[in-house]
Amino acid sequence: MSPLLTVEDLSIGFGRGDAVVSGVGFEVNEGQTLALVGESGSGKTVTCRAILRILPRTAQIRSGKVMLHGRSGGLSLTDLGERKMRAVRGDAVSMIFQEPMRSLSPLHRIGNQVSEVLWLHKRMSESAAKKIVLENFERVGFPDPERAYKSYPFELSGGMRQRAMIAMAMVSRPDLLIADEPTTALDVTTQAQVLGLINELKQETGMAVILVTHDLGVVANMAEQVVVMHKGRIMESGAAAPMLQAPAHPYTQQLFDAAPSIPANPEPAAPPGEDDLILQMKGVSKTYTMRAQSAWKPEVLIHACRGVDFSLPRGKTLAIVGESGSGKTTAARIALGAELPDRGGEVLFRANPQGAPIAVHSMNRAARTAFQKQAQMVFQDPYSSLSPRMRILDALTEPLEIHGIGSKSEQRDRAAAKLRQVGLNDDMLMRFPHAFSGGQRQRLSIARALMLEPSLLVCDEPTSALDVSVQEQILTLLEDIRDRLGLSYLFISHDLAVVARIADEVAVMRQGLVVEQAPPDTLFYDPVHPYTKALIAAQPTPDVDRPINLKLVAQGAGSADTWPDQFRFTDDEAPSLTQVQPGHKVRCHV
Amino acid sequence: MTQLPDGRYVDDAPYDPEASLQQLERKDLDAPNWLLVWRKFRQHKLALVSGIFLLLSYLMLPFAGFIAPYGANERHEEHLYSPPQLVRFFHEGEFLGPYIYPMTAEANLETFQWEFKPDYDDPSRLQFFCKGTEYRLAGLISSRMHLFCAPEGQTVFLWGSDRLGRDIFSRILYGAQLSLTVGLIGITVSFVLGIGFGSVAGYFGGTIDWVINRVIEILRSLPELPLWLALSAAVPSNWSPVAVFFIISIILGILDWPGLARSVRAKFLALREEEFVRAAEMMGASSGRVIRKHLIPNFMSHLIASATLSIPAMILGETALSFLGLGLRAPAVSWGVMLNDAQNLASVDIYPWIAIPMLPIVIVVLAFNFLGDGLRDSLDPYQS
Repeated sequence: MSPLLTVEDLSIGFGRGDAVVSGVGFEVNEGQTLALVGESGSGKTVTCRAILRILPRTAQIRSGKVMLHGRSGGLSLTDLGERKMRAVRGDAVSMIFQEPMRSLSPLHRIGNQVSEVLWLHKRMSESAAKKIVLENFERVGFPDPERAYKSYPFELSGGMRQRAMIAMAMVSRPDLLIADEPTTALDVTTQAQVLGLINELKQETGMAVILVTHDLGVVANMAEQVVVMHKGRIMESGAAAPMLQAPAHPYTQQLFDAAPSIPANPEPAAPPGEDDLILQMKGVSKTYTMRAQSAWKPEVLIHACRGVDFSLPRGKTLAIVGESGSGKTTAARIALGAELPDRGGEVLFRANPQGAPIAVHSMNRAARTAFQKQAQMVFQDPYSSLSPRMRILDALTEPLEIHGIGSKSEQRDRAAAKLRQVGLNDDMLMRFPHAFSGGQRQRLSIARALMLEPSLLVCDEPTSALDVSVQEQILTLLEDIRDRLGLSYLFISHDLAVVARIADEVAVMRQGLVVEQAPPDTLFYDPVHPYTKALIAAQPTPDVDRPINLKLVAQGAGSADTWPDQFRFTDDEAPSLTQVQPGHKVRCHV
Repeated sequence: MTQLPDGRYVDDAPYDPEASLQQLERKDLDAPNWLLVWRKFRQHKLALVSGIFLLLSYLMLPFAGFIAPYGANERHEEHLYSPPQLVRFFHEGEFLGPYIYPMTAEANLETFQWEFKPDYDDPSRLQFFCKGTEYRLAGLISSRMHLFCAPEGQTVFLWGSDRLGRDIFSRILYGAQLSLTVGLIGITVSFVLGIGFGSVAGYFGGTIDWVINRVIEILRSLPELPLWLALSAAVPSNWSPVAVFFIISIILGILDWPGLARSVRAKFLALREEEFVRAAEMMGASSGRVIRKHLIPNFMSHLIASATLSIPAMILGETALSFLGLGLRAPAVSWGVMLNDAQNLASVDIYPWIAIPMLPIVIVVLAFNFLGDGLRDSLDPYQS
């Protein structure tokens, strides 16, 4: 029997440039999942789009053949007429995109967008289509399909939107589903649920799946076959299990080593000592007021942070982990004095072990300038953290200029030194940031933060916009700098596995509250809170024998009212953070 | 490709895992911003041609008197409403160089019109670098040298003459001096006000933002034309043409700034969220420094594009006012003032060339629009 999809010797190029995909070939069998693995720029998305011929206008398929043996017999997708191709798209082959917000039209109701597939391909009446769509909505896990049918994309959360996309892709019962990084934009727990859903649907309908991803952990959970791509070429391809056990190509090996994972057999760790604290947050809350839906109703209060207590010992790393909207970034901004906490909260900073602590939010001008020299921030998005109009040299010397440190040549020397410290050549000083890759830019951004020789660095998801292998390098660099310069980090992340290696203590946040706080090993060894358990269970690891435990994820990832009684909290009331062991705090009723 | 015993394929090409760190990822983007913008702009042919045309037009302004064969208000009583004369090169198959046929004016006593007839037997060659009426080069150096003038005793009206027998071609050149600069002065006024108010509103927010926004809304809700009319009617009629010109351009600028201020404010709000601005704030940069060093350089190019797109509105505004007789007044020459003559439909019907000043207006406005469009497209050069 011939495979469902055969791609042979595919080469694609943009304009007159070099080929971005060259000589790519693979086969997908019915009912199988093939994972296309690679980093950004490896050509994996372009390959997928070439299958459906939805490439950007400047790109052309230079050679190769794509054959589909689906419900309508053998078709050569590369030679098919545009009209017949339209009949294939969304019917025999459908696709899910990375950004669920941008792939749904904001002006149409979800139900109409999903039904459109049926109107177009099956020429179904509106009511017949609606019935099928509602069934699909129920299948992909919408609690109230009728309501989902009538809602607009912006009314749904990211995970729900991706479910709607899956429903749209599944509604025509395709032979092949192409999922282009369907979970990259989602939180870990949502990712686990979406992946689980794709797996279930695959088993139910017997369709084949091409899953594009950069995460070997996802591969281990989903795929039977793997194709590893790098710079438009296939590095290694074959069955998933042997490849993950013993990667044959050095690039696969590198990806494998870089994949963050939660240690398999954690040991409880000793609680950190709390004698010399560089930063201390006491009872910090932050409430924002937002306009109510109606102009005449009172304003709505949003609790971004509620009663956060942190203490960061000198030379250590405290990590705050949580999904988007959990208040972790707000907490960090308050710690840096960029935002004022609600009345009653206090942030204390001690520049040196002997000095008296100063309150960050009631400083005079001179003290504030001194504090700004001591505490710096590394930002999330390497593409927006450097001004496109400034040369690297100007960007790096700016903090020195602001604080009036050194002469021009001294500033320049220090910039060169810091550049070498983060592993870059100092001939990059006169260049502009747009020539650099994301990883290089993040290094530049770290170099800028180090220019004032601070003692505290706040890292706001410094690796979440980067590829795994680059993420690994940046984490290594951060660890290295911390140990060499004796820095203390406040490290914000949404990824427990990233935090596992760098942090000395982890605080898990949910809806503005710290739900559990402990050293990472203790946390992995004995997680108490259902949300922490869910986070740990949802983390995909590149090990075929440790699949995601969807049951644990489902128990903890829902809203706070679905948790067991002792953990439950509401907007106004919450149990207090209780010490269950030395150095291990959980928010629960004892 | 090698096949392993378990069926896996592995690429054989050598692979260097350490290669990437010191390499530039986007070699094509390794240049300052203006160079990237220029590279992209170069591909935009229409905008490039428009840009060159506008550049030449502005460079021509100081030399208008040299290029024009006549002065702006030089009258030829014998040649009222003379039709355009064609410059020819070949006379009866023989190359003569640029020449014209002399025009003879005859009064038709039945229609009471001047009738002009070219005298085809007497080709007379144009003179170059000849002495003519006195003018001031760039408004400073007095000179009598003209690029070309009519042969002795003849006239050269490339685009005809008007009601008072003045050369329309020369007047268009002189008129460009006012019509093209009114946009620049107006846009400067509007730029200063727009950037000032827009950046204050965008950066500080709160009450100031609210007040500025309401002022903008009120200004924008006033009907434009009546307001122009009222303001320019308030200009004392005994002022010199130059003073009137400045006042008119400032009025145009004052009424134009709200649009610019709005786009500045919007850009400011977007840029404020960029992490490099946050980073500068956290390093302790003062708001002045953040605005100067980070915000303005990053939106200046957008502003230049939107300014380019709003200069045409100013030029049209001046033209409209002058056309209605409320803007510049004779003896000042601008395209609008010239079109004022074309208000009389009957005379346009008989002497269509007096509406020729519309052409430069249309062309210049189009050129500004094409240029602005091209600039807007090339201002974000970071995508491939």
